Amino acid sequence: MIEPITGRYAHISLEGRPHRIYYEEAGQGIPLLCLHTAGSDGRQWRALLNDPHIREHWKVVAFDMPWHGKSSPPEGWQREDYRLTTERYTTMIMTIARELGLERPVVMGCSIGGRIVLNLALKHARELRALIGLQSAAYVERYYDASWLDHAEVHGGRACGGLAYGLMSPLSPDEHRWETVWHYMQGGPGVFSGDLHFYQVEGDIRDRIGAIDTKLCPLYMLTGEYDYSASPRDTAAAAARIPGAKVTIMKGLGHFPMSEHPEAFLGYLRPVLDEIRRR
Amino acid sequence: MIERLPELVNGDPGIVRWGREMNETFMLEVGDTQYLVAVRAGRIESVEKGPFVMRSWRFAIRASRECWEQFWRSPPAPGWHDLFALLRRGEVKFEGDQRVLMAYLLYLKLALAALRR
Repeated sequence: MIEPITGRYAHISLEGRPHRIYYEEAGQGIPLLCLHTAGSDGRQWRALLNDPHIREHWKVVAFDMPWHGKSSPPEGWQREDYRLTTERYTTMIMTIARELGLERPVVMGCSIGGRIVLNLALKHARELRALIGLQSAAYVERYYDASWLDHAEVHGGRACGGLAYGLMSPLSPDEHRWETVWHYMQGGPGVFSGDLHFYQVEGDIRDRIGAIDTKLCPLYMLTGEYDYSASPRDTAAAAARIPGAKVTIMKGLGHFPMSEHPEAFLGYLRPVLDEIRRR
Repeated sequence: MIERLPELVNGDPGIVRWGREMNETFMLEVGDTQYLVAVRAGRIESVEKGPFVMRSWRFAIRASRECWEQFWRSPPAPGWHDLFALLRRGEVKFEGDQRVLMAYLLYLKLALAALRR
């Protein structure tokens, strides 16, 4: 069996620096751009890219952020600390969407991706068809010391894998939970913690989300009930300040719904995609 | 319940392998009751019940009895299912050498969750 996914590399300039960006795509139709979680990569979207029902109406695209998966860090990376910011992340998404020729895409992101869709809703609503935030919260305080995830005396792969493991639901299938852990174990040094700088420090968007206009661009928020990082309560708190945001709490799922339990997640996602398609 | 830890962990090579380099004693506090858990090469060598006088440990994991009862339910409820879930809700305290705790985080999570069986 050969999967219907195509993987390619795009050479794209970000912040004036050349980047080699890996992305995967499958299907035909409305562009659906997918954003992976902090410290992981586009493999999290493997089930979506493979789903025959979705591929019929959607062109699903998942890229690896620079420094993640098969996308290289920019030249000179060895001299700098990687740190994701709201501005850097937003520019990256909009530039990659444009360079890949995705016209008015739907953008769906999980965790840090679920956060950045809130900023996309504020800044780029007219350029986007709809936004889907998975495990989406306006802010998560630093409840642990993330510096241990990038420390010479702690194995980064084991620590990052250990952290990701617990964010999942104990009810999700072992096969997919451990696949998700593996992606985390493969992250480069300092990359997960560099993403968490955006998630837990810089990317606090609480005081701005009230200005989101869901009439310009519909916003869907889907959150797994076992997530304690972006918990259902955090999603509800954000949604309460965004008129028109549509919230779904996903029973029995955790922080990585598309990757930890693809079948259950697709059951929640398909009606959302159908609704967007009918608009 | 905690007395079953050696049997449950040592009988599962899928847990032991994640602690293969660990040779440490840590404190597990369940409400007022203290336990010292000695790990040798990923196997639980001993579980001693306190009270203790002048004993050393590398790190301590402390939570109320009610908290651990929630954690050890099978399946646990959302928000009670992981050591870091307990940390975010302020129900658990990590003390001592955090480096060792983080180095063996996956092992510790799997070992403590083994008590759900």
